[in-house]
Amino acid sequence: MFDKVLVANRGEIALRVIRACKELGLKTVAVYSEADETSLHTRLADQKVCIGPAVSAKSYLNIEAIIQAARETGANAVHPGYGYLAENGAFARACTGAGMVFIGPTPDNLELSGEKISAKKRMHAAGVPVIPSSPGGVADLAQAMDLCREIGYPVMIKAAGGGGGRGIRLCVDEAALAEEFPVAKSESRAAFGNDELYIEKCVVRPRHVEFQVLADRHGNVTHLGERECSIQRRYQKLIEESPSPGLTPELRLEMGAAAVAAARAVDYFNAGTVEFLVDQDGRFYFMEVNARIQVEHPVTEMVTGVDLVKEQIRLSAGDKLGYVFEDLNLKGWAIECRINAENPDFNFMPCPGTIERYHAPGGFGVRLDTHLYQGYELPMYYDSLVAKLITHDLTRQGAVRIMKRALEELIIEPIKTTIPLHLKIMDDPDFQAGRFDTGFITRYVPDEDDDEDEDD
Amino acid sequence: MSTNNRIEVRAPMSGVFYRRPDPDQPAYVEVGDVVKKKQVLALLETMKVFQKLKSPVAGKVLEILPEDETPLKDGDLVMVIETS
Repeated sequence: MFDKVLVANRGEIALRVIRACKELGLKTVAVYSEADETSLHTRLADQKVCIGPAVSAKSYLNIEAIIQAARETGANAVHPGYGYLAENGAFARACTGAGMVFIGPTPDNLELSGEKISAKKRMHAAGVPVIPSSPGGVADLAQAMDLCREIGYPVMIKAAGGGGGRGIRLCVDEAALAEEFPVAKSESRAAFGNDELYIEKCVVRPRHVEFQVLADRHGNVTHLGERECSIQRRYQKLIEESPSPGLTPELRLEMGAAAVAAARAVDYFNAGTVEFLVDQDGRFYFMEVNARIQVEHPVTEMVTGVDLVKEQIRLSAGDKLGYVFEDLNLKGWAIECRINAENPDFNFMPCPGTIERYHAPGGFGVRLDTHLYQGYELPMYYDSLVAKLITHDLTRQGAVRIMKRALEELIIEPIKTTIPLHLKIMDDPDFQAGRFDTGFITRYVPDEDDDEDEDD
Repeated sequence: MSTNNRIEVRAPMSGVFYRRPDPDQPAYVEVGDVVKKKQVLALLETMKVFQKLKSPVAGKVLEILPEDETPLKDGDLVMVIETS
């Protein structure tokens, strides 16, 4: 068993891990960059080690420096938080190689996300629904038509050589497919030097719903219910909640079983998240497994009463899980608003600066995970997430009301934050009714492409 | 030609200044280069978000002030462009 944990991260998640360790009686080591000397995680940990200059590549992503810091301080376990090295298989192997416990999934689990096609095949084989698509390249239009009759429209034609959204064409029906397929083929040949196309069913106006899973080293796996994460902008989540207002009890049961099957299919260990898209008719499709503790984990903690970071530590120490979802007494509804140092009225551009006025909300049903304090100088080098405001009540309506009240109390000035945007969303009748999908945010924030500026 | 058509390009916010799209690529511009209006001059990274610094005018790059990969403050002078 380990007794000293090095926290290889910064910001609110470093505090989250340090607090869990303290409650478990474990000593903690903070690592920090030259720009983070005054950051709160360096004050709360028992020891601190500077691991390099401000730029993350030379500090928080510096595997050698972090392992060295662990050696020097006698840490025998490492918690990576999220982001940075959390999903880096080489880092996990380096920790183990240096005789330390990596608190998180196995290196194989971590490397799975880089192998999307093989992951999808394993999920399909395990009976987890995946987005219907051609098994490989589609040779010609006739074959494409046969396939699309089977999977149903709309479909997306994707260039095998493309990526990052390039080389994608949406076809709403067979006529569109007949028109687009040959064009896509020649375009793909010209753009990527490869005319191989594949076809995937397009999930229209989906919800993003993910399931928290936990797995021990003894073959026990459970899920801990879902998180609704559809309020997002360009794949960046803004608001998460648990449970999801979009799932029926039957669908929840079915998806929970699929999440456990997905975790088993990849021999998953520790805490993870299985992401799904849910379409308007309640069909769901596997997206990916996130092999880390997630930013939005607190909403699951509030409704299940399970401290997920302590569970990560306990499971890494070799303990058995000891319960399944059905044993938990789920209680109420939890919502999280991500407070980012960003200007929602200016294309979400980040907004570093000194926090001159700070006031944290309190009262019944309020949790605030943040590394802010009055006078803190927010560095320009790191993520713009500055706080996670979480509210919990017996009902969703109650949690929304507490959130609104807490957002009104929260003062983070003079920097721009997402607080005003969250207040608008809390007042939105569709949000209040739980009627939304991943396109929701565009009613408040035009989905501009900041690469285009033909505006003058 | 007079020297009063010197156009200053300043950092719109604090961030890390990058002269090239990635370390293995050549710099966007060098002193003496002729640039078009809206041509990308450099990148500025603020809290992990990259934005392009573009030339407000057509002209010639007279000066590039910051060193590559150094932090800039809001309003710092980045480049001077001479219009013809």
